[in-house]
Amino acid sequence: MDILNALVLLGNFVLIPALSYGSQLALGALGITLIYGILRFSHFAHGDIMAFGTMVVVLVTWLLQGWGVSLGPLPTALLALPAGIVATALALLFIDRSVYRFYRRVKAQPIVIVMASLGVMFVLNGLVRFIIGPNDQNFADGARFLFTVRDFREATGLDEGLGLRVSQVITIITTLVVVSGLFWFLNRTRAGKSMRAYSDNEDLALLSGINPERVVTITWLIVAVLVTVAGTLYGLDKSFKPFTYFQLLLPMFAAAILGGMGNPVGAVVGAYIIALSEVGVTYAFRKFLQYLLPESWAPDGLVQLLSTDYKFAVSFVLLVVVLLIRPTGLFKGQTL
Amino acid sequence: MKKFLLTTAIAGLTAGAAYADDVNIGIIFGFTGPLESITPTMADAAELAMSEVNASGLFTLGNIVPVRGDDGCIDSGLAVATAERLITSDHIQGIVGADCSGVTGAILQNAARPNGVVMISPSATSPALSTAEDDGLFFRTAPSDARQGQIAADILRDRGVNSIAITYTNNDYGAGLADAIKTAFEAAGGTVTMVASHEDGKADYSAEVAALAAAGGDVLVVAGYVDQGGRGIIRSALDLGAFDTFELTDGMIGQSLLDAMGSELQGSYGQLPGADNPGTQMFQDLAAAAGIDGTSAFAPESYDAAALMLLAMAAAGSTNSADYKDHVMDVANAPGEEIYPGQLAHALEVIAAGGDVDYVGASAVELIGPGESAGNYRELEIQGNEFTTVRFR
Repeated sequence: MDILNALVLLGNFVLIPALSYGSQLALGALGITLIYGILRFSHFAHGDIMAFGTMVVVLVTWLLQGWGVSLGPLPTALLALPAGIVATALALLFIDRSVYRFYRRVKAQPIVIVMASLGVMFVLNGLVRFIIGPNDQNFADGARFLFTVRDFREATGLDEGLGLRVSQVITIITTLVVVSGLFWFLNRTRAGKSMRAYSDNEDLALLSGINPERVVTITWLIVAVLVTVAGTLYGLDKSFKPFTYFQLLLPMFAAAILGGMGNPVGAVVGAYIIALSEVGVTYAFRKFLQYLLPESWAPDGLVQLLSTDYKFAVSFVLLVVVLLIRPTGLFKGQTL
Repeated sequence: MKKFLLTTAIAGLTAGAAYADDVNIGIIFGFTGPLESITPTMADAAELAMSEVNASGLFTLGNIVPVRGDDGCIDSGLAVATAERLITSDHIQGIVGADCSGVTGAILQNAARPNGVVMISPSATSPALSTAEDDGLFFRTAPSDARQGQIAADILRDRGVNSIAITYTNNDYGAGLADAIKTAFEAAGGTVTMVASHEDGKADYSAEVAALAAAGGDVLVVAGYVDQGGRGIIRSALDLGAFDTFELTDGMIGQSLLDAMGSELQGSYGQLPGADNPGTQMFQDLAAAAGIDGTSAFAPESYDAAALMLLAMAAAGSTNSADYKDHVMDVANAPGEEIYPGQLAHALEVIAAGGDVDYVGASAVELIGPGESAGNYRELEIQGNEFTTVRFR
């Protein structure tokens, strides 16, 4: 019984939150790694294009809610998702045609394109705030919980409870679907294979008749799907606020670099590691140990490895360690 | 060139002569920066008191002219430069301001004290200002956060809470307040299981909440901002079933919190500056008549700060800071005839007749210790979809 209590406790406070936060990061990190692998630059506007896509979803959700459309226990935002994806894809393609393509043509240094993406970031930043404002926006509806901590406690008779939110379940399932869809696309379809070829060796790909502009377009379309889905899931789980999305940029990049830039598997694994370590390293294990250890061994202190003040240092320490020991990241290089 | 110099000199002289009777009062708030949404109303409220005194025709020391200056709320360099300019080139006789605690301290030490100018701040709440060297020049119509810490501890103990966990937003306001609550609650015999900060505007707060939950406690005290990390913490704590009841500090009281998660917060409580004082309503009526929103944060305190300064000048019979600084406490506190908003003319009559006034004003002004508001608070509880006032403390 005590072991069960300990596991439930850990599940509620560490595993499930880390799993859903990690899933949201994974979708974002995948986009970053794709852009890096194919277009060969670090896309700093990633957090803000995520905010842009989510903003469209929020606006369409409000419209649908105004019409009285609803999905029952599921959030209406899922219905609005396609509209958000289309808008984000158009925005990304427009930005690519008007900004990035020029630098690609003149074969500019990657750092120049990175700076251009920084500029795009500021423009999007302002645009999103101009349209929807800088404040928190709530657009989640439907049922919030699959079961709450209290329901769980009453049903099982355990001392500790485990809550599961609808948004967490949707997040984890959607991430699974999107990620496996992406891997299937990259490994099994012609377009996916041409993307990998282009990423591997640009000149060889050109020689074998692959149209680079087509590859670039497909990449942006995939990125549009990834960021809009990630942003919407995050917004449903917490809330939509442009500034928070901008801040997501750091953990997403940390995840992508940790896993190995340009490596999709690495991005996903890196995201879960970042999320789990942020929550796990700062967790106070006192109660957990109290369940497992005999009473006389039970600790008095909080058994917290690191104060939560240092939460954000965790991902960066991991990053530094990985870069020192394995500069290529956990999974080696561009195996897109 | 000579002619030009001569004419400008003459123009300057005549201009100076024309305004010889003016009493300039500086209003230094953060018209830019984090408080820019409430400072215009605060300044309007202060100017309302000034125009009320001017209109009475009983203020014999001159015509009061407000001079606005910007302190940026978090920009000490700008704040000191503004104060310096207002003191040296506009010759202000007193400062209503500043607004945020940091810039208030900066202006006090670098401009007000060296030049010997009185400051009355309506909104600086840092406990550190209570002990700052001020040469008797600094007053505030806002209470110190040390007082709020005491109030929060009282509310918790009266409700039978024995152990609390505290989370605060990682800045001067949050840290000072968390410290005050911890000290007061422990002095009252309670246990504080953990004091942990949180950063505003972050993506995920489950780590903070997990640590707080592991530490335990009957109630989670949230000293933060309602549209920032404070809300994220509460959302996460509710989702994880870590805490059911929250004690909310003044920064956390806002309708947007209830709109976001209303029913789940039933029975949580908190405190907000405010008094059971007829003056509050009188001020709101007065402000409404002048087209000002009297319910806006710190508007009553701003009106009171300006009114106190003018009454102290009248009582001293001088607009010189060195003369009237000793009269601020006298006009603010008993004994004397109680003065409410809109009765400044009457107060001037009483003073002119040699009587004593006890300025109550819009925020029930009672200055204690180093010249700061004793601090009246409303204890609020979330009932239905609104904050209901339970009692005054």
